[in-house]
Amino acid sequence: MKILVAVKRVVDYNVKVRPKSDGSGVDLANVKMAINPFCEIAVEEAIRLKEKGIATEIVAVSVGDKSSQEQIRTALALGADRGILVETSEELQPLAIAKLLKAVVDKEQPQIVILGKQSIDGDNNQTGQMLAALTGYAQGTFASQITVEGDSASVIREVDGGLQTLTLKLPLILTTDLRLNEPRYASLPNIMKAKKKQLDTFTPAELGVDAAPRVKTIKVEPPAERKAGIKVATVADLVEKLKNEAKVI
Amino acid sequence: MSILVVAEHDNASIKGATLNTVAAAQKIGGDITVLVAGQGVAAAAEAASKIAGVSKVLVADNAAYAHQLAENLGLLIAEVGKSFQYVLAAATANGKNFLPRAAALLDVSQISEITEVVSADTFKRPIYAGNVIATVQSTDPIKVISVRTTGFDPVAATGGSAAIENVAFAQDAGVSTFVKEELVKSDRPELAGAKIVVSGGRGMQNGDNFKLLYALADKLGAAVGASRAAVDAGFVPNDLQVGQTGKIVAPDLYIAVGISGAIQHLAGMKDSKTIVAINKDGDAPIFQVADYGLVADLFQAVPELEKAL
Ligand SMILES: Cc1cc2nc3c(=O)[nH]c(=O)nc-3n(C[C@H](O)[C@H](O)[C@H](O)COP(=O)(O)OP(=O)(O)OC[C@H]3O[C@@H](n4cnc5c(N)ncnc54)[C@H](O)[C@@H]3O)c2cc1C
Ligand SMILES: Nc1ncnc2c1ncn2[C@@H]1O[C@H](COP(=O)(O)O)[C@@H](O)[C@H]1O
Repeated sequence: MKILVAVKRVVDYNVKVRPKSDGSGVDLANVKMAINPFCEIAVEEAIRLKEKGIATEIVAVSVGDKSSQEQIRTALALGADRGILVETSEELQPLAIAKLLKAVVDKEQPQIVILGKQSIDGDNNQTGQMLAALTGYAQGTFASQITVEGDSASVIREVDGGLQTLTLKLPLILTTDLRLNEPRYASLPNIMKAKKKQLDTFTPAELGVDAAPRVKTIKVEPPAERKAGIKVATVADLVEKLKNEAKVI
Repeated sequence: MSILVVAEHDNASIKGATLNTVAAAQKIGGDITVLVAGQGVAAAAEAASKIAGVSKVLVADNAAYAHQLAENLGLLIAEVGKSFQYVLAAATANGKNFLPRAAALLDVSQISEITEVVSADTFKRPIYAGNVIATVQSTDPIKVISVRTTGFDPVAATGGSAAIENVAFAQDAGVSTFVKEELVKSDRPELAGAKIVVSGGRGMQNGDNFKLLYALADKLGAAVGASRAAVDAGFVPNDLQVGQTGKIVAPDLYIAVGISGAIQHLAGMKDSKTIVAINKDGDAPIFQVADYGLVADLFQAVPELEKAL
């Protein structure tokens, strides 16, 4: 079976971003970009399903400008077989991205689509669920274990009180949580090989998708600063402050 | 304005997060309807009808909704929601699962985890692990919004007397089945709504050492949380993870023990009223947000603190 994996180019998780001083956007000049960590987990899971003999082909897809090719190449170096870039320089929102991914699903007919649960820039946590709605497929979100058996999959999900197990019919949409797996690193020979793997490019117009934004960002600003705290010398001091100054105990 | 709030409940009772969501709905202003979808939800529906400020309760009581499966709830919420101007749900694991599915079926975007209502179509929400606050304006005819509960003080659970009505619509999408749930049982307060939270990180070294934190938490009537590192290492279950991609908490008192203070962790707790950090490394970033920092070995400080209370 074929697996489609959605990978997003985002600011590296170690970077502490700041809003531009005029509030028009986030300052991304010269910051390190990377594959969204949850998408890395998605790629890893697809590779493991291929190693188990369940998947036969892995297609990595990204929506973004030309530079997103880098993240597709990373996925190819890790083990994806080919890539698709839906190229646009517009800033797209989850609904539009889900519609573009739906168009790719229609073309590719994968049995499983794996996405991250959340992009660490927009913190949306929407795209996988929306793609599931548009395709009408079952959704296994926040997955921490996936077992494919015949024409269905057993998915363990991280929920508020603990873990939940569902049986979902294929084809299906999965979104990854942190404990699903520990992604591998790409080896140098594989990075070289990835450069030769097929990477097709489409535009939203070619896919027949109206990607017009529905939500406008009016401004961005830094969060309220916390006032500087103090260091206390002893546990007794701490207890005194909590009782008499903060009055929280 | 007509606002539909999808209730978070366990069939028998309404969860606190619903009260924060109704509070956000009140900030938008308008007629508030609460949808209670589940199986055997009479008691939860009754409780929903008493929530202050709610004018109507819609009940979808059907086996298809018994386990809050997103495929089935999505169809229901899209059907019921299409005659409203707003559809709101709490940004819990459950709300995050079904709400975007309903939004896409309605062909509208979702605004995730608002922390403030600026005006009827404009909201504030944190992005980039809370390092940036975005003000966003929606042009959609139906505004689908998930609500970060820490941004809104809950409305009263009682005082209302809403009419209860049944929803005729019931559909099982037929693609998903519930198998089981392993929920962690605890007598301590729920992490999300607790007034005091004691959290442990990698510095705890192992799961057994968490009993130091449980003892402290029990003295304080606190909930226990953890960093991702502590969860990944298997010290505690996943539902204790506080942070950007875990639970967001804002208690009166947050005590971080053996936690370095990575931005992803801070994202989940830095709106707490008072923050205490106990860490042996005086340069740990957690001290930058701590009101009271104690540079100490946790294995000495925590038992001492527990005794001093
Ligand atoms: C996509 C993504 C999402 C993430 N989401 C989250 C999230 O939601 N929540 C989260 O917490 N993290 C999250 N993280 C992980 C985050 O980046 C950090 O790795 C994590 O928070 C570190 O946990 P920690 O502070 O417990 O461990 P460490 O960073 O290892 O810190 C341990 C601390 O314990 C102290 N210590 C050790 N021994 C003692 C002792 N005896 N006494 C006192 N102090 C001691 C050390 O000085 C150190 O400061 C995420 C990361 C990624 C990439
Ligand atoms: N521009 C994009 N290109 C490819 N995949 C994306 C894109 N945006 C979001 N996704 C996928 O959807 C997941 C969740 O993103 P979000 O809904 O934005 O939090 C990501 O982890 C990706 O797998």
